Amino acid sequence: MSPTSLRTFVVYVEDKPGVLNRVASLFRRRLFNIISLNVGRTHEEGVSRMTIVVEANDDTAHLFEANLYKMVNVLRVQDITKAPSVTRDLALIKVAATEEQRAHLLQICSVFRARALDVAPDSLVIEITGTPDKIDGLVAVLRPFGIVEMVQTGTVAMTRGTSQAADAVSPISNGKSTLAA
Amino acid sequence: MSKENKGIVDRRGQTLTGAQILWESLVREGVEVVFGYPGGAIMPAYDALLDYPIHHVLVRHEQGAAHMADGYARASGEVGVAVATSGPGATNLVTGIANAMLDSIPIVCITGQVPSALLGSDAFQETDITGVTLPITKHNYLVSRVEDVAATIREAFYVARSGRPGPVVIDITKDAQQNRCTFEWSDEPVALPGYRPTYHPSGQHIQKALEMLAASRRPVILTGHGVVASGATALLLQLIEKSDVPVASTLLGLGGVPARHPLHLGMMGMHGESWVNTAIQEADLLIALGMRFDDRVTGKLETYGINAKKIHVELDPAEINKNVKVDLAIVGDVRDVLLQLLPGVTEQRRPEWVARIEELRGDSSERDIQSWPDDGLLHAAHVIHDLHAATEGAALVVTDVGQHQMWAAQYYKHDAARRHITSGGLGTMGFALPAAIGARFARPKDEIWVIAGDGGFQMTAAELSTCAQEGLNLNIAIINNGYLGMVRQWQELFFERRYVATPIGSPDFVKLAEAHGLRGLRVERRADIRAAVEAARAFDGTIVIDFRVAQEDCVYPMVAAGADLGDMIRRPSNASATTSSGKESQR
Repeated sequence: MSPTSLRTFVVYVEDKPGVLNRVASLFRRRLFNIISLNVGRTHEEGVSRMTIVVEANDDTAHLFEANLYKMVNVLRVQDITKAPSVTRDLALIKVAATEEQRAHLLQICSVFRARALDVAPDSLVIEITGTPDKIDGLVAVLRPFGIVEMVQTGTVAMTRGTSQAADAVSPISNGKSTLAA
Repeated sequence: MSKENKGIVDRRGQTLTGAQILWESLVREGVEVVFGYPGGAIMPAYDALLDYPIHHVLVRHEQGAAHMADGYARASGEVGVAVATSGPGATNLVTGIANAMLDSIPIVCITGQVPSALLGSDAFQETDITGVTLPITKHNYLVSRVEDVAATIREAFYVARSGRPGPVVIDITKDAQQNRCTFEWSDEPVALPGYRPTYHPSGQHIQKALEMLAASRRPVILTGHGVVASGATALLLQLIEKSDVPVASTLLGLGGVPARHPLHLGMMGMHGESWVNTAIQEADLLIALGMRFDDRVTGKLETYGINAKKIHVELDPAEINKNVKVDLAIVGDVRDVLLQLLPGVTEQRRPEWVARIEELRGDSSERDIQSWPDDGLLHAAHVIHDLHAATEGAALVVTDVGQHQMWAAQYYKHDAARRHITSGGLGTMGFALPAAIGARFARPKDEIWVIAGDGGFQMTAAELSTCAQEGLNLNIAIINNGYLGMVRQWQELFFERRYVATPIGSPDFVKLAEAHGLRGLRVERRADIRAAVEAARAFDGTIVIDFRVAQEDCVYPMVAAGADLGDMIRRPSNASATTSSGKESQR
């Protein structure tokens, strides 16, 4: 068994009720915890795109891909873990801030290329976009000020260039790497 | 795909109710019989059924409906159909759906659902059946608009029967059955953007497989359900005869190669023949065709086929390297793959390997129960062996789950496909009787035998009433040992004979049959088997034969769960040690 690592799948699905449930159920059945799952519409009508991050080894990643493909509503699957790609999370963090602390916090924001979305007398809402590591870094710095609440989107990912990561498609999914009309 | 519509007027373009559209669509899919049970949310559909040439079999429990659809599908190769109402009707189907899922059987289950305005309100008899069946269906649908009924049914049948077959559930709200729209039916092939039922093997892989076969000195072919399902049996026969490769079969693959064929070894796995398992462990090449390396087939994975390179020919990519890592995977329909392989297969003879297997077989036959002298006790294996002889191996045999199932697999040897129907993957007790009822409608003239244990038979015995109401001709052999025999066997072998919850009482099966207006017989001596079987064959109706067999018999050989496939528990040579009949008081 190969060691486990974080794997990122991009899954195109039909935009229909219940599809998210079907996909999530596949991971639940094998007692795999989904690290993050993001779903939203795409530029193509009727097509949604999911980015799923799970911890898996090569064998299980392969089985997930094959089992995702078996689903009638799944249009295309890519394991882009090893493909050159960009990944981003977005987080909103409400942090307690007195007037005296505000300037200091805004300075931290600029270091992290985060922005303040809302300023209240006793708090700030900060928006940050980046890799999960970068967000973790900001959270660590903000924590001493007192984080009131926080929300994070989960990872969205895209391969670099125009190739759509064809080389990331495994051999057993021969001929399945193109989105059917 | 759809059969000719017998005298049905073409009602395309007319305004129909969803209920009418449902039956119009089923007729167009070639459906002639459905198995079901009515109830509130499916009543509009039942009302419309009266006007269509589809025979409805009223079951006694919806689990029976799903198993009947399943048995129908296995016997015919067509899609079987079950119908149930919402709530409990739908949930009662669940076991049968899971059974069809694990054995890749094409069935379509149609359930009524509460009106769409009440969905999610915990209305009377509301269950989220699409949610419940999501992991045990190939696909499922919730239809809440009358306009979607026809297209969904067309799609469902296509999904159920294409690629690796499986069960599909269509949940139709009551208002979708009652509302009206224009009936439209496309004759175009179904196009689903995300659904890829078949793959085409690459020539490179075919070439590689041919090279591996030619280089092998001790090959074994492992034939599975996929060979039967894809209609590849004749091609497989060509392959083995041309290249002289012995064949081992999975439980569901039995009949894929004629049992009498000299290259047919028998069943592999937990209760496979010893020479078969040994041959697999000695082989230098395993060619798996349409099978999925179930844990009951492989035993301990680390040592499975330890001397062999492995080729896996399989339609479903998700099965590749799931349990057994293979050296070459060919993803495709077995029939297509064999068609491509055959022209390249060279004539080969392997006398040493064939002789080696014969040597293994010879040793085992000595201990084979059928060659025992009659010791006065009725053994289940005797019953099945003699049943096989009396019916000349030509009957369609439907078994339940447990010891009798394994004995039937070992002793009722089939020379043709689709004559051995059993619950493989799910191991569903209670499967046999309803599955046989379904098979009866698929094969109206064939001789059909149900072989069931006293435990499993009681799970769905209510369907005897269905046999009576439908006037069916079925022969039912109950292998009655007063125990849940397979569990008792495990208790004997692995739980220090602590027989917890395995002694089981039964009604008088003869009287039970008679109470249904059916015929019953009891057999307690081997000498009486033949006469009872002949009486059943001569009787035009359902007959139940209560075979009172040795109570503490075990199925041998046995590979313990998770043990090395070559590590078989054999029948002790002192027969009386394991076949005590001293528990009569528990009957």
